Amino acid sequence: MPLHLKLHTTPEVPLEAECICPDRMRGLSIDDINRLIVFHGNREMHLADFFECSGNNDGDIRVAGDLVNVKHVGSTMSFGLITIEGDIGVHAGAAMSGGKILIEGNASDWLAPEMLGGEIEVRGNAGHLVGSGYRGSTVGMQGGEIFIHGNVKNETGHCMRRGLIVVGGTSGDFTGVNMLAGTIIVIGEMGTRTGAGMKRGSIISLTKTSILPTFSLACNYSPVFIKQYLHYLLKKGYDIDSKIINGHFERWCGDAVELNRGEVLLYAD
Amino acid sequence: MKINGVQIDNNFAEAFPMKATRIIVTAMNLKWAYRAANALRGFATSVIACGVEADIEKELKPSETPDGRPGLSLMIFAMSTKQLEKQVPIRVGQTVMTTATTACYSGMESDTQVSMGKSLRYFGDGYQISKIINGKRFWRIPIMHGEFICEETTGVQPAIGGGNFLILAKSARQGLTACEKAVDAIKKVEGVITAFPGGVVGSGSKVGSKYPFLSASTNEAFCPTLKGVVKTELGPEIGSVLEIVIDGLDEASVAKAMRIGIREVCSYGPKNGIYRISAGNYGGNLGPHLFYLHEILK
Repeated sequence: MPLHLKLHTTPEVPLEAECICPDRMRGLSIDDINRLIVFHGNREMHLADFFECSGNNDGDIRVAGDLVNVKHVGSTMSFGLITIEGDIGVHAGAAMSGGKILIEGNASDWLAPEMLGGEIEVRGNAGHLVGSGYRGSTVGMQGGEIFIHGNVKNETGHCMRRGLIVVGGTSGDFTGVNMLAGTIIVIGEMGTRTGAGMKRGSIISLTKTSILPTFSLACNYSPVFIKQYLHYLLKKGYDIDSKIINGHFERWCGDAVELNRGEVLLYAD
Repeated sequence: MKINGVQIDNNFAEAFPMKATRIIVTAMNLKWAYRAANALRGFATSVIACGVEADIEKELKPSETPDGRPGLSLMIFAMSTKQLEKQVPIRVGQTVMTTATTACYSGMESDTQVSMGKSLRYFGDGYQISKIINGKRFWRIPIMHGEFICEETTGVQPAIGGGNFLILAKSARQGLTACEKAVDAIKKVEGVITAFPGGVVGSGSKVGSKYPFLSASTNEAFCPTLKGVVKTELGPEIGSVLEIVIDGLDEASVAKAMRIGIREVCSYGPKNGIYRISAGNYGGNLGPHLFYLHEILK
């Protein structure tokens, strides 16, 4: 039986709840967990002031309630499972290195900034800057996998260096901006300025999109590695037409204003 | 012991420990997968001089391969992991990568790994790209026909080499007809290969030689042309001896393959020129795995 945390008092201002994390709860009793520190705005309070806690502390945590104002859930987690039974606030999974966060609703902005490993699955939509680097940081996501079944907003994968981000719906502008490496797959439509400033890495889109003039068309081919990715995504529950899996893609190389070793692959049939 | 009138010698096959890996080769279609696989398994009949023993294990449906294309699984056996480390990248690089539209993946999970793409990526001359898909690292090597995809490493596990049986026949033609049927049946056994051409050894050997530089030489006791010259194992009715050598991932699969193969050969019987079944052994000095014919045929 997992550990259940049920929100009984909705925070009026953002609640910083880094303690909702298997690493921080490891070995603690229910009483100890109730006394964990959270910040309601700038006021130090206890977890029990907002959450009702029950169940067994075995690394499997289920969090329920209106969590839109709850920040930093699963930050730096390295193992276990957190299930969010609804929407979640900003910075969920920040710098996490292992384990899994399953968000059954929507995620807010800054999902998994500077993530190092592990897996995040969002059944709904996510906000801006998924898997990105914090402002001023030169490196974003450095490992792990983020699967979003809905849409995302702008700057997905900003500065990402490794790992995989999959968007089942549409993405906003500047997808993969300043990307260093890694892979972003967008099944729906992408906004403008995709891959602006990217050095390396792969942005794969299953629909046509506008390409920056600093990208050049290399060829039209059927990449085997995309077949591998798309078969993997089928297993992850994404709906992908076999025509696309076996189809051809345009390979655009860029960004020429940077190293020019990145690629945008667009389904071409 | 007799099966369908064929005498089964009270003898044993002597097999020895090896290391094995399994790789998966895919291509645009099976024709090109076979071209790559046949090139890889060429000159891989015996560790005596080839470095490895390799063969196609089975065809794979698109649903069974990592990229959803038709493919083949191959098994490669060597005397040591070090030897596999040397041979696998060379063979994959020179045969699979050079075959148009192919990709190469590991077909075996293990803590012990040998390089594939890890070595071959340098062919990309700096333009190679690494991708991690479902926790496994693959290399995309840009090549003239497009891209060669190769998994970074492949798993290695302990295995058994040298399971065998000898088919003593009236003539080479009759012996080979029975052997072909036996090899077809053995191919249906999972986890084994018959690495010699067509699965049949035409020149079975013994360990050692009168020449100090040679580690193996002709098994004169089973050579029909030397009856009367040497102490022979052959009766007057035997005009040809063929051998089927089986490498496998464990004792059970080797024993099963031997049992199925011997029964297929015996189904031809003396009226079709099949007189005796024996096995190659070296008095128990070669390896620890002993397959007694009478036991495995019970």
